[in-house]
Amino acid sequence: MNTFLKSLTVGVLSMMLFAAPGFASDTIKVANAGALSGDLAPYGISALRGVEMAVEDINEQGGILGKKVELMLGDDVCKPEVAVNVATKLVSDGAQMIVGHVCSGATIAANKIYKDAGIILISSSATNDDLTLTGEHPNFFRTISNDGAQAALMTDFAKNELKVKKVALIHDKGDYGKGQMELARNAFEKMGDVDIVLFEGVTTGAMDYSAIVSKIKRSEAELVMWGGYHSDASKIIQLIKKKRVDTLFMGADGIYGDNLPNLAGEFAEGVYATGPNDTSSNPKHQALTKGHQEKYGEDPGTFFITGYTCMQALAAAAEKAGTLEYEAMRAAMFDITVDSPMGPIGFDKNGDIVGAGFSVYRVIDGKYQQVN
Amino acid sequence: MRWISILLGLSGTGAVGFFAVREIIMYPMYFFELVLGGLTRGSIYALIALGYTMVYGIIQLINFAHGEIYMIGAMTALIVATVLGMWGWNTAVIVILAFVFAIVYSCAYGFTVEKIAYKPLRNAPRLSALISAIGMSLFLQNYVMLAQTPDYLPFESLIPDFQFWEPFAHIITSVEITIIITTVIVMILLGLLIKFTRIGKAMRATAQDKVMAALLGINVNNVISATFVVGSATAAIGGVLIACHVGQINFYIGFLAGLKAFIAAVLGGIGSIPGAVLGSLVLGISESFFTGYFWSEYEDVFAFAILVLILIFRPSGILGRHDTQKV
Repeated sequence: MNTFLKSLTVGVLSMMLFAAPGFASDTIKVANAGALSGDLAPYGISALRGVEMAVEDINEQGGILGKKVELMLGDDVCKPEVAVNVATKLVSDGAQMIVGHVCSGATIAANKIYKDAGIILISSSATNDDLTLTGEHPNFFRTISNDGAQAALMTDFAKNELKVKKVALIHDKGDYGKGQMELARNAFEKMGDVDIVLFEGVTTGAMDYSAIVSKIKRSEAELVMWGGYHSDASKIIQLIKKKRVDTLFMGADGIYGDNLPNLAGEFAEGVYATGPNDTSSNPKHQALTKGHQEKYGEDPGTFFITGYTCMQALAAAAEKAGTLEYEAMRAAMFDITVDSPMGPIGFDKNGDIVGAGFSVYRVIDGKYQQVN
Repeated sequence: MRWISILLGLSGTGAVGFFAVREIIMYPMYFFELVLGGLTRGSIYALIALGYTMVYGIIQLINFAHGEIYMIGAMTALIVATVLGMWGWNTAVIVILAFVFAIVYSCAYGFTVEKIAYKPLRNAPRLSALISAIGMSLFLQNYVMLAQTPDYLPFESLIPDFQFWEPFAHIITSVEITIIITTVIVMILLGLLIKFTRIGKAMRATAQDKVMAALLGINVNNVISATFVVGSATAAIGGVLIACHVGQINFYIGFLAGLKAFIAAVLGGIGSIPGAVLGSLVLGISESFFTGYFWSEYEDVFAFAILVLILIFRPSGILGRHDTQKV
């Protein structure tokens, strides 16, 4: 092959490389990443449905910057190592904005990829403090309050409403659960008057939690605070009730939603959890819930509304910036006020939501109901 | 120098012993609860470990798909119980049928796995059979995940809270005591099977010398199949019992349980049936003590550390035979 042919080949190949993104530019590619299968799928799917409905609404109104939105999906099963692969694939497939991920551990791992690629990431459910408060994730925003706010609410409720003196803090050793319990421990220590009688991690998915339940019983804790998700919580709650241990049980948004009552059945009765504020009196929220029921034949899941809001915020920021370029988009994110189904919301300088928070719920007759 | 080290050693042991005795005397009920919790856990390990150890004893294969057989047992019981529950059948009948179906299904799976994945490789290098076993394990996990669901499923306890057990329920629940008693019964039956029946004698003969057994007219293929079936049956019982205990299952429960049971089998001396039971109880109780008296964070680290220690100081396990084997 002579030199001319060689350079021609190289030239043609490199033109194909440059041309590839050009073909796709008549739509805006938004990716939804999170757990769409696996045991945490109920959370991921609830958020995805919110995003899907928001995309439909936006496309009906003419899209973003006059272009239709095309939704791409990535399934990370809430595992950090899978999340990195998913992120790499989404970026190389040309995603321009990302909604996700669902779990904090996966989000932290995946955001290394998005940050380097200069893509805005917005999550409907990742609550770990490190994502916004350390400044290491400048491209990250979220439509749910952070764990610090949640821990403050949980500890305050435990001390002032439940009036407990001894608490046991149990977590699943993960970024989300352990982080949450460390925040709770700090908050209790600052408040004083409440003894932390136990602070332990358990192996998630273990066969049996009898020994830790015996330990809780011996510690005479009046309240068990759980940092983790619903499947392990269900096992521990059942053993606590079966072993007649006299203690209350409280978790965060990891056990909020229908998943825990479905899994633990009658044993879930009386369990406390914090979750996003109940905004069901908002007319937009009601319209969306009705739309969800018509489309999927069931009530929306935990992160449906926050997922919808994520997509709304991205669209609003892009319209405001007039471009999808990273710096302009990022600057616009801090400026916008979104008329969301949770009410008007915006973002503070860390990327945390302004205008929404958490409430405390309790399982009564098989459903979470607000108690504070 | 020697005296100093002996003195230090003695005082160290003395101090640990003193605190241990003081702890037990001050909180005897707590100690008792941990023992019972450990026995429950150990019983489940034992029901699974039997399958590992019997199969190893006869064909020197670590059947890594065994944990999945246990999971399939629990899944079958859940499906049967749900369907019969919808038809409004009597609870006692449901319990019996759920166990029967779980055992039959698991046995069928164990039998088929052996025929498909191990029999063609019987004369192949041992590594091939091992890889085949790992492949089978992954296949069964993914098959159940796709055919059923990746979510956790609620498993309503087939064993109710007994009224008469109420005074003791805060120490050990009805389900836990059922697990321990069932395991003891299964062990006795298995002991009788191996000791006195024709197939049991054939199993022992095959384990000692496969070629000689075949020369004497024992159908070695049938014996191997029977071993897989018996191991699968005990694993299925374990699967149903643990699901009753924790109230939920998914496709992945077999992995960790299988791994722990495997450790228990190695701990006791793989190939030895009393060894598997002893190893399981030792592992269950020491895990329970470790969580109870130290930190539950390191429970699994501890379990694997025991394994490493045993393998260093007693490579053939607590009750294992001491003949060297080429691997």
